[in-house]
Amino acid sequence: MFKKRIAVLVAFVVVLASVLAGCGNGKTSGSSATKQTAFKAGEVTDVGGVDDKSFNQSAWEGLKSFAKDNNLKVGTGVKYLQSTQASDYSPNLNTMVHQNFNVVYGIGFLMQSDVQKIAEQNPKAHLGIIDAVAVDKNNKPLKNVASITFKEQQGSFLVGVVAGLTTKTNKVGFVGGINGALIKKFENGFKAGVKAVNPKADIYVQYAGAFDAPDKGAAIAQTFYTKGADIIYSAAGATGNGVFTEAKNRTKSGKKVWVIGVDKDQHDQGLPENVTLTSMVKRVDKAIYDVTKQAKAGKFPGGKVLEYGLEQNGVGIAPTTENVSKKALDAVSGYKKKIIDGSITVPTTDKEYKEYLANLK
Amino acid sequence: MIGFLKKINWMTLLIPIVSVILGLLCGAVIMLIIGYNPLLAYQSIVESIFLQPYYGGETIRAMIPLVLAGLAVAFAFRTGLFNIGVEGQLMVGWLASVACAIIFGHLPRVLLLPMSIIAGGAAGALWGYIPGLLKAKFKVHEVISTIMMNYIALYTTAYIIKNFLYHEGERTPTIPASASLASNFLANLTQGSRLHWGFIVVIIAVIAMWYILWKTTKGYELRAVGFSPDASKYAGMNVSRNIVLSLTISGIFAGLGGAMEGLGTYQYMTINSAFTGIGFNGIAVALLGLNSPIGVVFAGALFAGLQTGGLTMQSVAGVPVELIQIIIALIIFFVGSSYVIKWAIERLSRKGHKK
Repeated sequence: MFKKRIAVLVAFVVVLASVLAGCGNGKTSGSSATKQTAFKAGEVTDVGGVDDKSFNQSAWEGLKSFAKDNNLKVGTGVKYLQSTQASDYSPNLNTMVHQNFNVVYGIGFLMQSDVQKIAEQNPKAHLGIIDAVAVDKNNKPLKNVASITFKEQQGSFLVGVVAGLTTKTNKVGFVGGINGALIKKFENGFKAGVKAVNPKADIYVQYAGAFDAPDKGAAIAQTFYTKGADIIYSAAGATGNGVFTEAKNRTKSGKKVWVIGVDKDQHDQGLPENVTLTSMVKRVDKAIYDVTKQAKAGKFPGGKVLEYGLEQNGVGIAPTTENVSKKALDAVSGYKKKIIDGSITVPTTDKEYKEYLANLK
Repeated sequence: MIGFLKKINWMTLLIPIVSVILGLLCGAVIMLIIGYNPLLAYQSIVESIFLQPYYGGETIRAMIPLVLAGLAVAFAFRTGLFNIGVEGQLMVGWLASVACAIIFGHLPRVLLLPMSIIAGGAAGALWGYIPGLLKAKFKVHEVISTIMMNYIALYTTAYIIKNFLYHEGERTPTIPASASLASNFLANLTQGSRLHWGFIVVIIAVIAMWYILWKTTKGYELRAVGFSPDASKYAGMNVSRNIVLSLTISGIFAGLGGAMEGLGTYQYMTINSAFTGIGFNGIAVALLGLNSPIGVVFAGALFAGLQTGGLTMQSVAGVPVELIQIIIALIIFFVGSSYVIKWAIERLSRKGHKK
């Protein structure tokens, strides 16, 4: 009797399985029949996922708009794989390489060592990495990797100019995420911009030590605003959300203060209290679009360290400018020209900043 | 008598298997509702793991820490203790092994590699010993203390890396090759996967757990305490000491799991801003594996297969990676509701077995 019931169960499972098979086949036969020769570009996200409202998402937007302009199908022609843990980076990159994607991007410096390893194992594959330079064992750039970096100092300089011309107290603040070469570029660029237009301004600088600690961001913002700063530039990822919270609280209680956003146009994040003065945008989408376009044309910039600056529209101030005065905007476009034509070199390190200050006087 | 025994074993074995099947079936239904092809999805898992050496290698690689975490949970559970602190023990083990490998990098491989592995185990042991001691001396419930030890581990390791072992990229420097478990031979064998020699450590650990618990007097005591602390005390066993010992050994397994990640998979440790999840999956692995060493191996294989397969499911069948997490959760859910499954199976077979 027992066996009979088991047999019925098994039969049920088999029937169900065949029904499932019937349903599924019709839907997917189209996508699995993709031609091997068609151009494919892929992105492996870091653990933030593709909807992180930051660079993973921005990169995917770049790929999507590339697909639109080139009649590629989203999901096959351009595709992303999400990583749920750090150990997923390597298999995800490998999968795309083995599926003959023409170019595969690792998003973020956290993937640097995985990209390097896979690039070495698959010399014919084309890979890209954001915010890092992929090198081999002798510290030479890998020939099959395009390293995409940004001149964040230039964009930060421009928001610094805005801050320097907008501050009423002559005090501005900078909240950094983790103290390292990357965020130092933001800090020194910002300071240089402020000093260029307002040499008397005081600039407070503090690092939260984390990109994901809004509470620390709020605490630092509180200190800065209490000391009299009326504008804070936060280059600290999610830690910056705390700066926004603090600024909104202050504004609600009647004391107008500003925040300068980072990476993308954070105007909406400052609403409804309208605390976002402007934002320093970093166009990961544009960089991905450009490199993919070059790859499709057979001119993949492998082995090159691409630096996206003002000239390439890779960094800049946000398109929303309603809170910025006409005077500041004019100054920004003036300085933008000077940076592009090379008459101003924006400092990236503390040492360069000191030299810059000495030349300013 | 023999028939009776056979039936019991069969039943206990059947429950996890039925849970897995139910979990996969429910997952299939969900995929169907959302509009994905479940057969293609499951087929992609099986094909990639069994036919493509790369994914096979990655599955075994993912199995290594999972099985060790599962052993850690199962070992403590045999003494009636819930070690929820495997995650933290794994992290301190990871950092200790990497730190040892970097600090003593000049030593020859024969010394350095065992030393680094032992350092990982020792750190895990310490992280298990503390809650063990608190439980034995002050009756602090081990669930609470081990959970808190997880947070201490998470932030302490991050602090130590940031201040003493920092390397560009939010991580420690890479360990010297002489302390690495990675092997070109295994990588070439599996088309460049990160499979490493750590699986030998796992085999030793599985045998060690079986031997300690079932072949030694101490193991008998540990299990007796698990069955009934009062009866063991009455029989003259030192219950407190056994509790401390159990959590310490459990911590060793977890610490070794961390060492495998540090010396094998990554060759460094990243600054973790959140838990790795391996330790928590270890609880499910132990549960599914019925807290037996060999069961943990099979359960670990299943979880590792689902994890690695989830990635191919994403790339081949287009199923979002979140769905594989749902399926894993469903399987754990069904294992947890084993009583319902037992009841259902018994109802199914009742009429045939009137005695």
